[in-house]
Amino acid sequence: MEIKKPKIASIPYDDFPDNDTLEQMARDMRSNGVNVVTGVLDDLINWGRSNSLWPLTFATSCCGIEFMALGAARYDMARFGFEVTRASPRQADLLLVSGTITNKMAPVLRRLYDQMADPKYVVAVGGCTISGGPFKKSYHVVNGINSIVPVDVYVPGCPPRPEAFFFGLMQLQRKIKVEKFFGGANKKEKKPEND
Amino acid sequence: MTEQIEIQPDRLHEEMLRLHREQQMDFLEDIIGMDWGDDGLGIVYLLESSATGERVALKTRTVNRNSPELPSVCDIWQAANFKEREVYDYFGIQFINHPDMRRLFLREDWTGYPLRKDDDPTDARNPLRMDNEMPVDTTTELRLNPDGTLSDEEKAIFDAEEYVINIGPQHPATHGVLRFRVSLEGEIIRKIDVNCGYIHRGIEKMCESLTYPQTLALSDRLDYLGAHQNRHALCLCIEQAMGLEVPQRVQYIRTIMDELQRIDSHLLFYSCLCMDLGALTAFFYGFRDREKIIDIFEETCGGRLIMNYNTIGGVQADIHPNFVRRVKEFIPYLRGIIHEYHDVFTNNIIARQRLKGVGILNRDTAISYGATGGTGRASGWSCDVRRRMPYGVYEKAGFREILYTEGDCLARYMVRMDEIMESLRIIELLIDNIPEGEWQVKAPKVVKLPVGAWYSAVEGSRGEMGVYIESRGDKYPYRLHFRSTGLPLVSVIDDICRNSKIADLIAIGGTLDYVVPDIDR
Repeated sequence: MEIKKPKIASIPYDDFPDNDTLEQMARDMRSNGVNVVTGVLDDLINWGRSNSLWPLTFATSCCGIEFMALGAARYDMARFGFEVTRASPRQADLLLVSGTITNKMAPVLRRLYDQMADPKYVVAVGGCTISGGPFKKSYHVVNGINSIVPVDVYVPGCPPRPEAFFFGLMQLQRKIKVEKFFGGANKKEKKPEND
Repeated sequence: MTEQIEIQPDRLHEEMLRLHREQQMDFLEDIIGMDWGDDGLGIVYLLESSATGERVALKTRTVNRNSPELPSVCDIWQAANFKEREVYDYFGIQFINHPDMRRLFLREDWTGYPLRKDDDPTDARNPLRMDNEMPVDTTTELRLNPDGTLSDEEKAIFDAEEYVINIGPQHPATHGVLRFRVSLEGEIIRKIDVNCGYIHRGIEKMCESLTYPQTLALSDRLDYLGAHQNRHALCLCIEQAMGLEVPQRVQYIRTIMDELQRIDSHLLFYSCLCMDLGALTAFFYGFRDREKIIDIFEETCGGRLIMNYNTIGGVQADIHPNFVRRVKEFIPYLRGIIHEYHDVFTNNIIARQRLKGVGILNRDTAISYGATGGTGRASGWSCDVRRRMPYGVYEKAGFREILYTEGDCLARYMVRMDEIMESLRIIELLIDNIPEGEWQVKAPKVVKLPVGAWYSAVEGSRGEMGVYIESRGDKYPYRLHFRSTGLPLVSVIDDICRNSKIADLIAIGGTLDYVVPDIDR
């Protein structure tokens, strides 16, 4: 069975600048061949997952207001299947980290991530979550949340425009579309030491 | 420049008591911790009389750096409770007779005091701790015994019998990462312990190593719903210190921008409050109209939320050619549509029952806590900075202060709804009269302030946004302190929630309208 391109309905395939990377990812993942039955099931599951991502209502600062604007009428993320925001991490499968993560908040963020059920995805929104942003030199700001939780997509900006949010979220959808549910591992994560 | 009267620590408490009783200095505007190096650690107090408007600045100091101890004033002004905890957190100054001497922002296991000049908080003593912070149920009080000796006394915040639930830091109704520990008896609230610091970014310490134009960028990110106003306050303070006169055109633009920002913030307040109380339609109404203001901002400033517009001596760029037209279109639009807000929420019987008579804050308590802004004005305290310390061109617009006397949630809500209309009126009067001229005066490339201390304030979206700068003649501020608008609002919550129902906490928190990154800085 051949690789399916990670197409999404909202943006033409060629408008994304990083198609090669994703195609390579899909090729690597399916290098040992894909069973016809499980391959079709995989596609079905990925189609469902990528179009019904439920974000956690989690925001620490400025980017959270743009996240709210995303939920409101003009930008309306319901068009792409993100509208069911959940207040409990146990019901959410997308953690949009919007806003600065401080040292005091870091264990809380980790705990929220741990409480989410698999499969779960993390999007780092805004300069602060990517590298510390304007607060890089501060004594109480985590310089990049990738040291705490694994990040799937980075959305730069201070704060990013709603359009940038959407681009990031669509990239996540495309990433989900090349995942493999039956057999094989999608992410190679280090086993936690204190388990 | 603020003239400061120095008082010896042993006379401080009686002098403060005298000022409060005899000169009616009932509003403690701010407490600013200071590290004067060899001159010791100290505090600057800013006081104002709500009756006469008279202002006074005092300072006190101690040269003992190892165990600095100063008398507390929190029995005179309740505002001092949280602010002295902030000073303890930053400088390690212990306050004698303070009932709750815990850190306010940083974790209990943090070592060192970050704002001391000889402390480098980024070093290895404080790594990123990934273990969960244990809740503490006890606090200490440094008590002055009758015989003049000091002793530490352990006090319980919650005793073992109490039923304590935890709300936050990840909770949609706390408006950010704020944490409450609430002691309940059935569904009646007995006590609330507020835990801040989950978004403490150390902005004040960072500012000490930035040049003045660089510090401006961080001020937008304090209270992002008052980005223009915060930056306006900082620019005012720097301009005041430099003795820089800004042109009339700049004053008009700044005033109009501040008022647009206020409408933007109040619309968001309306949306969030309604959503918290279960009225989701209202949320969409607020955001629909807010986007129109953001469009106006975006055209002129380039940003939607963080505008970076005010600069020292002017604004970043002249207003966009469409600005006047779009603002003039917006005013009748919002006036024509605001009745929808009242139809869907204000006159709703459920909303009224959840707001009316709930969380009453009386005038004296509001002053004692320093709860300015809409919260104070809903309690009948005429605390608007636009009246107390006029700036901009509000006098030309014949600014009227909105006052209510009930002090309950409904009054706090109505103050903001009325302020939207008042802001529209101010903008309408100013928008046609923006004078021609420069939008930026020639300010020196390297901004150096003379030696001294200055305080400026503007009326932010949710209270008095003040900036205190102490300079030693360098390119960098020696100390830059922001008067948080939200810290007094959140300190008042324990007082007004007592004996209310737990569900009322959401309505009370929503109408107090704090923004957490502004509390934590």
